[in-house]
Amino acid sequence: MKNEINEAHEAIDIDSASPESAARKVIVPGEIIVSGEDYLPGEGARREGDNIVASKFGLAEIAGRVVKVISIFGAFIPRRNNVIIGRVSDITYAGWLIDIDAAGSGFLPIEEAPRFINRNEMDQYLAIGDVVAAKIWSVKAKGIDLAMKGKGLGKLEGGYIFKIVPSRVPRVIGREGSMVNLIKEKTGCNITIGQNGWIWIKGSDIDSEIKARNAIEFVADKVFINGLTEKVEEWFGESE
Amino acid sequence: MASQLKRSDGRKPGEIRKIKAEVGVVPNADGSAMFAFGKTIAIAAVYGPRQLHPQHMQDPSTGVLRCNYDLLSFSVSDRKKPGPSRRSQEISKVTEWALIPALDLKSFPNSVVDLQIYILQADAGTRTAGINAASMALAHAGIPMKDLVCSVALGKNDKTIIADLTKEEEDYKEGEGSTDFALAKLANSDSFTLLQMDGKIQPERVKEIIELANEVCPQIYEAQKSALKSIVESSEKEKKRK
Repeated sequence: MKNEINEAHEAIDIDSASPESAARKVIVPGEIIVSGEDYLPGEGARREGDNIVASKFGLAEIAGRVVKVISIFGAFIPRRNNVIIGRVSDITYAGWLIDIDAAGSGFLPIEEAPRFINRNEMDQYLAIGDVVAAKIWSVKAKGIDLAMKGKGLGKLEGGYIFKIVPSRVPRVIGREGSMVNLIKEKTGCNITIGQNGWIWIKGSDIDSEIKARNAIEFVADKVFINGLTEKVEEWFGESE
Repeated sequence: MASQLKRSDGRKPGEIRKIKAEVGVVPNADGSAMFAFGKTIAIAAVYGPRQLHPQHMQDPSTGVLRCNYDLLSFSVSDRKKPGPSRRSQEISKVTEWALIPALDLKSFPNSVVDLQIYILQADAGTRTAGINAASMALAHAGIPMKDLVCSVALGKNDKTIIADLTKEEEDYKEGEGSTDFALAKLANSDSFTLLQMDGKIQPERVKEIIELANEVCPQIYEAQKSALKSIVESSEKEKKRK
């Protein structure tokens, strides 16, 4: 279960904006980030004459010569390698259509199933309404392709899922997965967090599952507070 | 030179009403904002990008902006019958056109960005307050944008060009009467995305209106900018206090 957490961490963590990246500042669309020929526009930025101008609202980051803008609010935008939790919405000849709660629906090819599946009996493995954890393989104009080979991925059985705001996901995961690992440790539950905001919890009993959910919602509520890990530990102390 | 016109609230002719701007007012939306010109209050909420239904509206080359503007029934003194009307449909459409040049939805084919604008309290200039709120809400939702959009209603009472008319000024009857000139522009360029006029004006005086717009819009832009920045900064301050 380690795998998906580390990869999910590529997204931003407002907390880490402190010393090493003092160059980070809040930027509004159309605002000039830096001037000069030395810089290159990265994601969320563009060149206009002599200036690098922001194309979206977020934190501007200057890494070497590249200037990019990272969003901190808004809906989930699918990206390659994101782990997501989705629900089977249709079965086609070549695979499953997965509702991933984003702008496009995901497609999971039949080859991604861990064992041979007869094309006539695809619902034996994944039926409409089943929930899967998958990874985004590619994002193209025609749709989003999913992959399901990897640790922690596959059909989710038992437990339950719920949703948080997608922009809060990095905080719930924590640095190197520290936050979710703490919650896993304290409750003994299995937790998979999708970048699209869906979270799956499975524990040995319903009480620990509810506790894990409350802990996650507690974290999601307080995204901008520093030293949150300690606060969560405190919270666990109180609720015992 | 036209005699100085006394405005009932004591403003100078080129002065706009007090601006109030706030971001993140609707927790369930992907992006939201409130914008007020004096007594006119607008809120805007953005949902998406998400899949567009009905499917025949989908555009495989780009994302679509879908706008809905409406007055809430209690926003005016005579109760406004709820639901879409000819007027609200027209304003939804011009709002969409005023915002689309600032947006870049190329990376969201077949999807839609839904924008809801509601007027909580109306005292003239509702579409412009709505556009200002919408532009902030779209930015808040992380939608790729070239620029923010600033909007203001200018106009003329008798012979004096004035900024940001109230309802009372819109109904001005004396002399040449009242002219209402709603406009929107991209904040950091000279492109206008909305120009509407109600009433009469001498063609050569339109130039004065445009000049006044270039003077007033930066004030609106600053308010939008600081509202957007303050939601991040206030949360960082909270962090430091800890």
